[in-house]
Amino acid sequence: MTPLLQVENIAKFYGARIGCTDVSFDLYPGEVMGIVGESGSGKSTLLNCLAGHLTPDDGSVQFDTRAEGLRDTITMSEPERRMLSRTDWAFVHQHARDGLRMNVSAGGNVGERLMAINARHYGDIRGSAIDWLGRVEISEDRIDDRPTAFSGGMQQRLQIARNLVTGPRLVFMDEPTGGLDVSVQARLLDLLRGLVREMNLSAIIVTHDLAVVRLLADRLMVMKDGHVIETGLTDQVLDDPQHAYTQLLVSSVLQV
Amino acid sequence: MSDYNFAYLDEQTKRMIRRAILKGLAIPGYQVPFASREMPMPYGWGTGGVQVSAAVLTPDDTFKVIDQGADDTTNAVSIRRFFQKTAGIAVTEATADASVIQTRHRIPEQVLRSDQIIVYQVPIPEPLRFLEPSEVETRKMHSLEEYGLMHVKLYEDISQHGDIATAYAYPVKVEGRYVMDPSPIPKFDNPKLEMAGIQLFGAGREQRIYAIPPYTKVVSLDFEDYPFQPTKADHACDLCAATDSYLDELIVDDEGSRMFMCSDTDYCSTRRKQGHNGAQGVPYAEDAA
Ligand SMILES: Nc1ncnc2c1ncn2[C@@H]1O[C@H](COP(=O)(O)OP(=O)(O)OP(=O)(O)O)[C@@H](O)[C@H]1O
Ligand SMILES: [Mg+2]
Repeated sequence: MTPLLQVENIAKFYGARIGCTDVSFDLYPGEVMGIVGESGSGKSTLLNCLAGHLTPDDGSVQFDTRAEGLRDTITMSEPERRMLSRTDWAFVHQHARDGLRMNVSAGGNVGERLMAINARHYGDIRGSAIDWLGRVEISEDRIDDRPTAFSGGMQQRLQIARNLVTGPRLVFMDEPTGGLDVSVQARLLDLLRGLVREMNLSAIIVTHDLAVVRLLADRLMVMKDGHVIETGLTDQVLDDPQHAYTQLLVSSVLQV
Repeated sequence: MSDYNFAYLDEQTKRMIRRAILKGLAIPGYQVPFASREMPMPYGWGTGGVQVSAAVLTPDDTFKVIDQGADDTTNAVSIRRFFQKTAGIAVTEATADASVIQTRHRIPEQVLRSDQIIVYQVPIPEPLRFLEPSEVETRKMHSLEEYGLMHVKLYEDISQHGDIATAYAYPVKVEGRYVMDPSPIPKFDNPKLEMAGIQLFGAGREQRIYAIPPYTKVVSLDFEDYPFQPTKADHACDLCAATDSYLDELIVDDEGSRMFMCSDTDYCSTRRKQGHNGAQGVPYAEDAA
């Protein structure tokens, strides 16, 4: 089977400081990869390199495009990459306001990606928006409200709906549950798990919350100081960590 | 008049503006940056349009200026006087007699010919500004033809008002490529943007010039189930009985009586001279004095 994403030797430096380096992995269709590690370990840097928000200093990111098979997204033209960003890719930001248009209604936020790929029937666009609000448990009568009137958890669910409405094949998420209350987090995780399964999504989720990866990720990558220090099936890594740092990470969380 | 260079601006500046105009005509709907000059009038008074007019006027031209369709408002009168004084050119109120027409907020009712130029005063040239404040990002959207956001604006309109409520500055796509703000003309005028004349748009404060060459395809954006409609008041002109012109509504007394009249004053008076008489109109000759 062709991997959906083939990452080779990605490196990104901020001057002399390492953002991340020597990162290679394959992601297969339907697979969810978790990236964990302490603050400053390079998780966001890596994710942004993969999603085309940052240009890495070295390495390649091959994505299995619908039309032409594996293509290096780093060297492809900007219009092609931006087209991927609003069709086959989705990016869920930690802060919903970075991923939403706060001055546009919930329906407009969900509809934007459809209109960006030339949906031109208002009734259909609105129908999709209602459907997707329902799928992220936002009631239909909030469709014309702006996200500023929503709670943090609702904003995050709206961001997810806005991203998934075009049926992307790969979702990047950076701390999707960060900054939310524990009970709100649990509901969001449940929802995400349901959607991932239902849509057979491939995803890369960055988090420092091991509960999130336990629930969502098939495989895990542990990062420290910009390097990947351990990879494996999620249960394997969490239940039988090999690297001393991972052991520390797992035990410290379990003690909390 | 000899105190000024012809049409106020120096030849160097006019050449620079003409280059921007030619580039604009070569890339219909594309906003060309230009180095806007200080003009002896404040921004918001049509300094962009005035600079474009100054660059295209020749001593043989006949100049007309309208503001909201009228030749006799302060703004129109002062711009007309400005060019009379600095260029010594002939002026007119008759659309048919003008070779260059500078306008704010209207396109004349009378169909323009291929030997006429219309110059629009533009306050905000960027149609995407409403939802995307970043200039870097809007430029990228234009260059990559990413116009989904324009429809988000129309979507918001329908979801809030039940219909596309945008009545002025209604966005258009020019020759299948650039999305353009036609300046704050009523959407009733949008179909006229496909015309024989040359259309030039000048934004002074924002330092942009853009253009529509003759016979260019100009499509007003819409949805399949909410098609574009060039609406106007459902009424005839009370002075000249025209049913095909854009109307202003006036309250004429303390009881709130209304009157509808053509916003294009030249169109209205021409019709009245021809003998057309509206419900509240008096025959032309009688009130001419
Ligand atoms: N824009 C930047 N300029 C300079 N250094 C940066 C920049 N962004 C990140 N870094 C550095 O790169 C390293 C990795 O940062 P990164 O944000 O990727 O970590 P992270 O794992 O996402 O951390 P967190 O869990 O706090 O979000 C850190 O040393 C950080 O200080
Ligand atoms: Mg981070």
